[in-house]
Amino acid sequence: MSDIEDRVRKIVVEHLGVEEEKVTENASFIDDLGADSLDTVELVMAFEEEFGIEIPDDAAETIQTFGDAVKFIKDAQ
Amino acid sequence: MADGLMQGKRGLVMGLANDKSIAWGIAKVAAEHGAELAFSYQGEALKKRVDPLAAEVGSDLVLPCDVGDGDSLDALFDALREKWGTLDFVVHAIGFSDKSELRGRYVDTSRENFRTSMDISVYSFTAVCRRAAAMMPDGGSLLTLTYYGAEKVMPHYNVMGVAKAALEASVRYLAEDLGRDGIRVNAISAGTIKTLAASGIGDFRYIMKWNEYNSPLRRNVTQEEVGKSALYLLSDLGSATTGEVLHVDAGYHVVGMKAPDAPDITKAVAKE
Repeated sequence: MSDIEDRVRKIVVEHLGVEEEKVTENASFIDDLGADSLDTVELVMAFEEEFGIEIPDDAAETIQTFGDAVKFIKDAQ
Repeated sequence: MADGLMQGKRGLVMGLANDKSIAWGIAKVAAEHGAELAFSYQGEALKKRVDPLAAEVGSDLVLPCDVGDGDSLDALFDALREKWGTLDFVVHAIGFSDKSELRGRYVDTSRENFRTSMDISVYSFTAVCRRAAAMMPDGGSLLTLTYYGAEKVMPHYNVMGVAKAALEASVRYLAEDLGRDGIRVNAISAGTIKTLAASGIGDFRYIMKWNEYNSPLRRNVTQEEVGKSALYLLSDLGSATTGEVLHVDAGYHVVGMKAPDAPDITKAVAKE
């Protein structure tokens, strides 16, 4: 497990209040982890802050799952 | 800070979204100085965010309100009247525009979004002031939030800039109407802060960087700093100030051009 995955998982667990085991590669923030539309914006803001990157709106819309987020952040660094 | 600046004062905070909100910076500072607070929210998604924050400042008065609806506003102020009787201050931190029109050109603004933006971002403050003033027999302080995009063209701010200009004008008219009753009406023009609402504005990171490099203080501002300035306007420290738009923006509003020592912004943003 990479450092980026750990940090992303920590943010998701803390923000959505879900169990760590549920945050799997294909876990959808909205469908599986109970996020609402504001949560998804807040998560993206938290990722930007944690990793010092910019996630533009059109990219943010493609980040639906935990795996999507990890991949985007890896590519952005 | 038990200086009692806000001791015995009761206020309503409208438009809190999360702990990044400017409204939260204001609420926290007001509570630290002794204010008793109530909060209004729109919709369940926001309620679940406001509840824990309200609890953090010792408030369990969290009430629903759709500021676009007069009946909903009446119900909010009826509930406050029943609970408190009178009111000392209101913080209005509410604005709205269709996100898709916070990029591109202002000239393409639709009539529908123009109407909604003006209704929610401008008229709602007037509607709130009228109801709040009726609960302020001993005077009070009404505060709203604006942005420099009201005065000068800022990229992507578009219809919100026009709405904020109207909001600032309404602050002046409201100050005149309510001044004879000892009620002060002011606005804070805050510098760029990364809030949930700001995330809807295009290229916001670039705008933040620009402000950081070019404001006289060479930095951005925090929610808490806006809170501290709000404390002045909400408390008796600001007892002779009304109709004012107070800039809390690290001085950015006095700047005429890019600072010679500011780095090339495109490279600075791209590097991050």
